[in-house]
Amino acid sequence: MGDSVCVPSPASGVSATTVTSRHSALVRITHWIITLCFVALFVSGAELVISHPRFYWGETGNVLTTPLFKLPIPSSRALVPTGYGYVLPDQNGWSRYLHFQTAWVLVLTGVLYVIFSFFSGHLWKDLLPGKADLSWRAFSTAVSGHLRFKPPSKAEAWSYNLLQRLTYLFVIFVLFPLMIWTGLAMSPAFVSAVPATVTLLGGQQSARTIHFLDTVLLLLFLLVHVVMICIAGFRTRMRAMITGQADTNLERT
Amino acid sequence: MSDISRRKLITTGLAAAAGVSALGVAARMAQKYGLVPPDHGGIYGLGETLTYASQRLLTRHSLAREFRRNQISKIPLANEMAPPNEAFKRLQSGGFADWRLSVDGLVDRPASFSLNQLKSYPIRSQITQLACEEGWSYIAEWIGAPLSHVLEVVGTQPKARYVVYFSIEPDWWESIDMADALHPQTFLAYGMNGNELPVGNGGPLRLRLPRQLGYKSVKFITHLTVTDSLKGFGKGLGSASPEAGYAWYAGI
Repeated sequence: MGDSVCVPSPASGVSATTVTSRHSALVRITHWIITLCFVALFVSGAELVISHPRFYWGETGNVLTTPLFKLPIPSSRALVPTGYGYVLPDQNGWSRYLHFQTAWVLVLTGVLYVIFSFFSGHLWKDLLPGKADLSWRAFSTAVSGHLRFKPPSKAEAWSYNLLQRLTYLFVIFVLFPLMIWTGLAMSPAFVSAVPATVTLLGGQQSARTIHFLDTVLLLLFLLVHVVMICIAGFRTRMRAMITGQADTNLERT
Repeated sequence: MSDISRRKLITTGLAAAAGVSALGVAARMAQKYGLVPPDHGGIYGLGETLTYASQRLLTRHSLAREFRRNQISKIPLANEMAPPNEAFKRLQSGGFADWRLSVDGLVDRPASFSLNQLKSYPIRSQITQLACEEGWSYIAEWIGAPLSHVLEVVGTQPKARYVVYFSIEPDWWESIDMADALHPQTFLAYGMNGNELPVGNGGPLRLRLPRQLGYKSVKFITHLTVTDSLKGFGKGLGSASPEAGYAWYAGI
């Protein structure tokens, strides 16, 4: 079986009773909550973009000003010149309610995850690259190995490889915080209390554009993430993230 | 049942009971301090309440960002709008000389103001951004009388918790809490960029609320009511927005 992995258990005869979990319960629960949140935020966010599929830079932007770029899609507002002869139905009401409620769930879950990672050792053990990996050689070996579709080493059944670690760190500590930041920067009430939230980004429309581009990056991450799971063994990896169990050969009956 | 699992069960039970009563206390405190929005029912109530409560605590007195004169948008975009009704057209043909703003509810001296009366009050201006929920925005100089001044003239009673405001267009009404109503940047705006407020931007009279999205800045205001409860207005959700599926609080 191409995707089978080995449990590094010294006593092979009794290994069935000493299953170690690959992902801790908190990592698994927060992973799936955040997955659901991402889906809800993406769907509702896409609905909101449809009401004005134009993006600007700076403080202001509207149909009378030049956009930085626009999406070639129809709009749910007659005001927007899209080139399409029809206007989509307005779905912004529930999309907004859903977007902001989900944002709360995501932020609170994310905070819980980060605190847990910090204190449980997950961050240090699983996410931050080891000393041996912190070299250009290790990095280029990992990249070229990936590009040549080298099958994952056995150790990877238990931990993340270097590129995974760097990608996860980037998603967790750059893309998600940037999403929250640019989201808050679009809130007229929040920026009245903390103006730097938006001024540092160059304006409210810049914040909206970065929020959109960040979505594109997160979506790209999601696609690659799912493809990599399929390559590494969909069943094994899904089981590991659902039950925590790492080994395909160990079926507990 | 072993001792360990019994102990675990008791601890879990106690923790759950503590959690539930903490939530109950939090809910009562939130209600008491005016941190629960009128559209808190339904599946999105939790998110709305968290947003409104946290922003009320954080932004009670903060000022919306003001901009430099050279940042004013060349054309203040007039959003698409249904054609005005007969009552509006009649007043428009008279140059809005007969436009009235009536104020009633929990006030000591209910009154009706003409535009000229409003213009005789201290004139204030602000260069602020109008951000639409759809994503677009523009910056303009808004000129008008602070709502707080008009509320002072009519004598708001201590029981007051909300101000409900109505457009001349039917089914177009909103409400705000007293933190927003008494906020120095909440205007009854009659001017823009040194001129009269254009009809497309809500002239002759628009409620201007720069700390919330554009849809809270209702155009063509004719009536204000001060109240301690929003239950008696429409479906009791606070304004026409939640009835159309949009959030009552739009500070996001």
